[in-house]
Amino acid sequence: MTSTNSQAMIRFENLRQEFTLTGTTFTALDGVNLDIADGEFVTVVGPSGCGKSTMLNAAAGLLQPTGGQVLVDDRPVQGPSPRTGVIFQQYALFPWLTVRKNVEFGLELKKVPARERTAIVDHYLELVGLTRFAEALPKELSGGMKQRCAIARAYAVNPEILLMDEPFGALDALTRVHMQEQLLETWSKERRTVMFVTHDVDESVFLASRVIVMAARPGRIYKEIKVDLPYPRTEEMRLSEEFAKLRSEVWAAVYHQPGVAEAHQ
Amino acid sequence: MAEKDTIISPRNPPPGAAISTATSATSRSANSAKNKETRSRKLSRKAMLTINFGSVAAGLILWAILAATGLVGLPGPLEVLARGGELLADGTLAEDTGASLLRVLSGFLLGSALAVPVGFLMGWYHVGRAIIEPWVQFFRTIPPLALLPLVMVTMGIGETPKIFVIFLAAFLSCVISTYQGVVSVDNTLINAARVLGANNYVIFMRVVVPASSPFILVGMRIGLGAGWATVVAAELLAAPNGLGMRMQQAQQFYDMPTILVNVIVIGILGLLMDRLLLMIEAHLTRWQERR
Repeated sequence: MTSTNSQAMIRFENLRQEFTLTGTTFTALDGVNLDIADGEFVTVVGPSGCGKSTMLNAAAGLLQPTGGQVLVDDRPVQGPSPRTGVIFQQYALFPWLTVRKNVEFGLELKKVPARERTAIVDHYLELVGLTRFAEALPKELSGGMKQRCAIARAYAVNPEILLMDEPFGALDALTRVHMQEQLLETWSKERRTVMFVTHDVDESVFLASRVIVMAARPGRIYKEIKVDLPYPRTEEMRLSEEFAKLRSEVWAAVYHQPGVAEAHQ
Repeated sequence: MAEKDTIISPRNPPPGAAISTATSATSRSANSAKNKETRSRKLSRKAMLTINFGSVAAGLILWAILAATGLVGLPGPLEVLARGGELLADGTLAEDTGASLLRVLSGFLLGSALAVPVGFLMGWYHVGRAIIEPWVQFFRTIPPLALLPLVMVTMGIGETPKIFVIFLAAFLSCVISTYQGVVSVDNTLINAARVLGANNYVIFMRVVVPASSPFILVGMRIGLGAGWATVVAAELLAAPNGLGMRMQQAQQFYDMPTILVNVIVIGILGLLMDRLLLMIEAHLTRWQERR
């Protein structure tokens, strides 16, 4: 599954990841090759244990690969970098900081002057619709608002890449739909290379121009499905025949792949 | 308001869709407020205080009755109050209170001041943990007071041994708590800081320290309680002044009112100090989600 693309923003090269848990070593990822182009929105979907989050963590520099490598902009990933923003499922907001201070965190580390910081924070709070909640503490926000704050925080340091690890997984179905639309809205205004990990088939089709379906044991890329729906994606598209077709294609690839039945016993 | 430019926000749903999404988002954010409501409906603050005072008054009346019947050889509240007035007037009470407080506070401050860095060292570095943990665990099982005879032999009978024992009591309870706090910092928060460009120093100062502050404050409260309990007992053994020493002295003269005055003062001071720390804690950790 190697698509040779010289402009790859993220390139997984023969990535292999092993973990040792209580003495037994298991292979989370084996021979993963994938190119994600600059500005592309790619979703990665698969059964639990297929290593999709492991793949994302390797790209984020939070994991040292056992074999192979991940290249960002043609350079091997050595560790976390503000060039690669990460959005976590558990929001990971600093609970002792206000919404504003959370978004400002990365900018302070980059030593951006105070006035500029304020302007950038204001801009992104507005982009995600949290202007009125700038002085609120995370505990006062709903799950969707927390995740929007995390998105603003990731955007604020101006990363080239956004890695999103099941960001809407903890939200209820309606909020999730709403967040998907808002994310695409934000992304179309400020385009970044996005790798979005999810277990939700609808979500994977609605957001991406390409869906990567993973297989488990060992985690590997199973299938790649192009989504030819144009952006901006609309509510009508969700109900269209084409969407339904893509959804069943992804669904079949996720749930009817060889070995899935045993994996869930 | 800048909200206007946002195409999609909870207050401004996309056309033809997600109206219910918007309501769900709003009702979710209102959830916490609703929780508070149900809790406060149980008893208002005023009702709680009224019942508190009623309970205390009932206890005092019961005490007065018990003393009046002579069933137990206790002096009544009025007698104790009168004795308290005398002790206050001749300056003994102030001197004793001051001496005891000084010992507790010096021991407590020294203990906490050392416990916080040591606890961080234990939580942050595995080597530090391996070196320090056996000592802490060993001394934790010994009541600090049990060390008093040893400490008095080596340090004499001045202020040093008493402060040292209180220091030890405060240190041991605070160090364990700080260590627990550092160990239990959410790894996702550390990763979140790391991907925003934080190095180890920044992660420590801006993530680990605030995240473990609730644990540290709980440790300090326990430490203060332990220090207060220790000082009185330490003064019972040997001291020129202090609330514990005064009780010990009164015991020899069978001076029950004086003993009770000191007992009550110890209780009130302990309560006040705990409340004060609780207020500081509530202020410093107001960001915490409380269930």
